[in-house]
Amino acid sequence: MSEQNEITSGLSRRKLIGAAGIGALAVGAGGGYAVGRQSDEPTAGVPDPDAKPVPFEGAHQAGIVTPAQDRLYFVTLDMTSEERVDLISLLKDWTEASRQMTQGNDVGKFGAVSGSPFAPPEDTGEALGLPPSGLTITVGFGRSLFVDAKGKARFGLEGKLPERLKDLPAFSGDDLDPALCDGDLAIQACANDPQVAVHAVRNLVRIAFGRASVRYSQMGFGRTSSTSSAQVTARNMLGFKDGTANIKVEDNKDVEDFVWVPKEDGPDWLVGGSYLVSRKINMRIEIWDREPLEGQENIIGRAKGSGGPLSGGDEFAKIDFKKKNDRGAPVIDMKSHVRLAHPDFNKGAKLLRRGYNFVDGSDGLGQLSAGLFFIAYQRDPEKQFVQVQHSLAGSQNDLLNEYIVHVGSGLFACPPGVGRKGYWGEGLFA
Amino acid sequence: MKPLATLSVLTIAALSLTACADDPKSSSGGLTVSASDSTCEVSKTDLKAGPSTFKVTNKGSKVTEFYVYADGDRIMGEVENVGPGLTRNLVVDLPKGTYEGACKPGMVGDGIRQKITVTGEAAKKLSDSQQLKAAATSYERYVNSQTVALIAKTEEFVTAVKEGDVTEAKRLYPIARTYWERIEPVAEKFGDLDPLTDGREADAKAEKRDFTGWHRIEKQLWVDNNTEGMAPYADDLLANVKKIVALGKDAPLTALELAQGSKGLLDEVATSKITGEEDEFSHTDLWDFKANIEGSEAAIAALRPVLEKQDPALVKELDAKFKALDDDLDQYQDDSGDWTFYDKLTKAQVKRLSDLVAAVSEPISRVAAVVAESA
Ligand SMILES: [Cu+2]
Repeated sequence: MSEQNEITSGLSRRKLIGAAGIGALAVGAGGGYAVGRQSDEPTAGVPDPDAKPVPFEGAHQAGIVTPAQDRLYFVTLDMTSEERVDLISLLKDWTEASRQMTQGNDVGKFGAVSGSPFAPPEDTGEALGLPPSGLTITVGFGRSLFVDAKGKARFGLEGKLPERLKDLPAFSGDDLDPALCDGDLAIQACANDPQVAVHAVRNLVRIAFGRASVRYSQMGFGRTSSTSSAQVTARNMLGFKDGTANIKVEDNKDVEDFVWVPKEDGPDWLVGGSYLVSRKINMRIEIWDREPLEGQENIIGRAKGSGGPLSGGDEFAKIDFKKKNDRGAPVIDMKSHVRLAHPDFNKGAKLLRRGYNFVDGSDGLGQLSAGLFFIAYQRDPEKQFVQVQHSLAGSQNDLLNEYIVHVGSGLFACPPGVGRKGYWGEGLFA
Repeated sequence: MKPLATLSVLTIAALSLTACADDPKSSSGGLTVSASDSTCEVSKTDLKAGPSTFKVTNKGSKVTEFYVYADGDRIMGEVENVGPGLTRNLVVDLPKGTYEGACKPGMVGDGIRQKITVTGEAAKKLSDSQQLKAAATSYERYVNSQTVALIAKTEEFVTAVKEGDVTEAKRLYPIARTYWERIEPVAEKFGDLDPLTDGREADAKAEKRDFTGWHRIEKQLWVDNNTEGMAPYADDLLANVKKIVALGKDAPLTALELAQGSKGLLDEVATSKITGEEDEFSHTDLWDFKANIEGSEAAIAALRPVLEKQDPALVKELDAKFKALDDDLDQYQDDSGDWTFYDKLTKAQVKRLSDLVAAVSEPISRVAAVVAESA
């Protein structure tokens, strides 16, 4: 096909959302019960908030400061090809397909149902008829994409490995399963509909066959941190509000200071990008649920209901770590989660968190296999995630450690966004 | 063995492509549809029978759709959601008759319509293609060469079983099956015979029939380490194999069937071989694995002239991916031709093989469409 626009447009699955919505919503207006409460004029249909796509193009990748969607599907892959051309073509193909899917379109020229009856459809089809649902797709590159185990460059990426893309250090109490760690490439797909997020990853994985293969994947739900002040603070599986003190997209200065890689940090190809840390954290749910409320609140350092600090005030009240109770002990326990994770005790370090709850069924003993799939973005992993995690880790530190265990881990360098024509990581191959 | 879904849907008389590759040769030239919010101009309304490509451009401000309707608004083809400023192709195969083309600005209502007349001969039949006939004939020769060896080796195996020679029977089991697995699409055409020869114990139980065929004898040899009571099963196996070979000769695969067959063989690898469930007692899966791949490669080889002409890039991709798979497999075969027992492979080695199979399977799944388009 000759026209660029045909290739990039694909087939839209956003069918008649506006029109159908108007008809459905007008029903009931004018009925007897509505008198005095509703005008006789049929109201214009409320636009489906999920019908509007998140812009794909921009200086930064979408899915980092984008207000956290409700669902996550995360996957890491390893290159099965050692050819530079295969890596480049994969990134190009992924960018193109993501451009289509995030805008609510099918993958490919003919999509899910308009192609040859003798060929498998280009798009797998399970998102047909669904709106874009806020889908964002964010990619990251693991250290192993740049160098092999012996430190030899892969894919001709000599000199491209960012200094800060080191293996994360071992943390006390970690019980990492190698099958849930690392990977050459990571894809974070977030959407308000799990079907849309899974569809996106499934198609990208399919596109990768022969070039890359999946290492592990993780589904998440119920965003556990809010990344916009327009969002209420979500709760984690422990029942507590999580991410009250998170960086919000509206905090321009924090975002600039703590999220995006600036020019002076380098390398050039990563400017405008960010580092993604992922941690799979299993929770001992049943044990936690037997802990008295007071104990739970003491471990976290916040009230379970309001999310306000135990030193007083509402959710967003400033935390008073100095406040003592009548026995002279700090009201906020020295080993509480909120204190150990606080910037004041971590050289000012802040993170942009985008974690999600997960439940992977039950463990065969009738206990929930559940927890938090923690994701955080930052410009300097050492000064940010590693700093905070060292404060928290270990049986002598965070009281919460009795109830959680880190089983998966990863660090990825996420390239900047692309424009109308570019592809993810293009700067690596310049 | 594998389920029988894929081949049966492919009994095709005439082609009805709704879409083609980048430049469908057989279409009636460059047909354009210029759509605005109030007009719908089709550049040509007298068409020849066969596939036509409508290039639909939306010059209006609303999202539009284009349909081709036959009598009674039966949809012959449609392209949906053409946004303002976008162009999208619709390829539709129209037999002789009268139709209506309709643009639907705003994607609502009956649309702005105009009559389209199609005259001339019906679409060309796939079976008319000399090239495809040649491909089918070439594959038939391959099948014949394999069936001669299949019958000979199965006879040897059956003899060893009946003579109670466990060692010899175990040696011959994977070897005889090699010829079987290479031409499995032929066997799978005969739905009733395939399960009797190559069915698994669990399926026989579920279908409430006696567990027979290769795997019944395999179980006796490896689990019980004898051949007791196997003589009737051995005779029965040989009879069924011969029957399948005879039936296969009477109804050779068409080019399209063998394109599907080449994919089917890899699916077989990806499902039952990768899991090690095919030869669950003997763990000789890698013999079958290799044979399925060789069979698949043979089918592609027969189709090669067609594919070279239609889609040389696809041929290059297939060659490269098959080579990568074959190279990886090589490490598991020793000098005497024996393969590593499947239960000796590590999880990482199995994953690597699985990745390589998936890498060939994706391009191979596009072969049938290319073959169909060659008519
Ligand atoms: Cu089989």
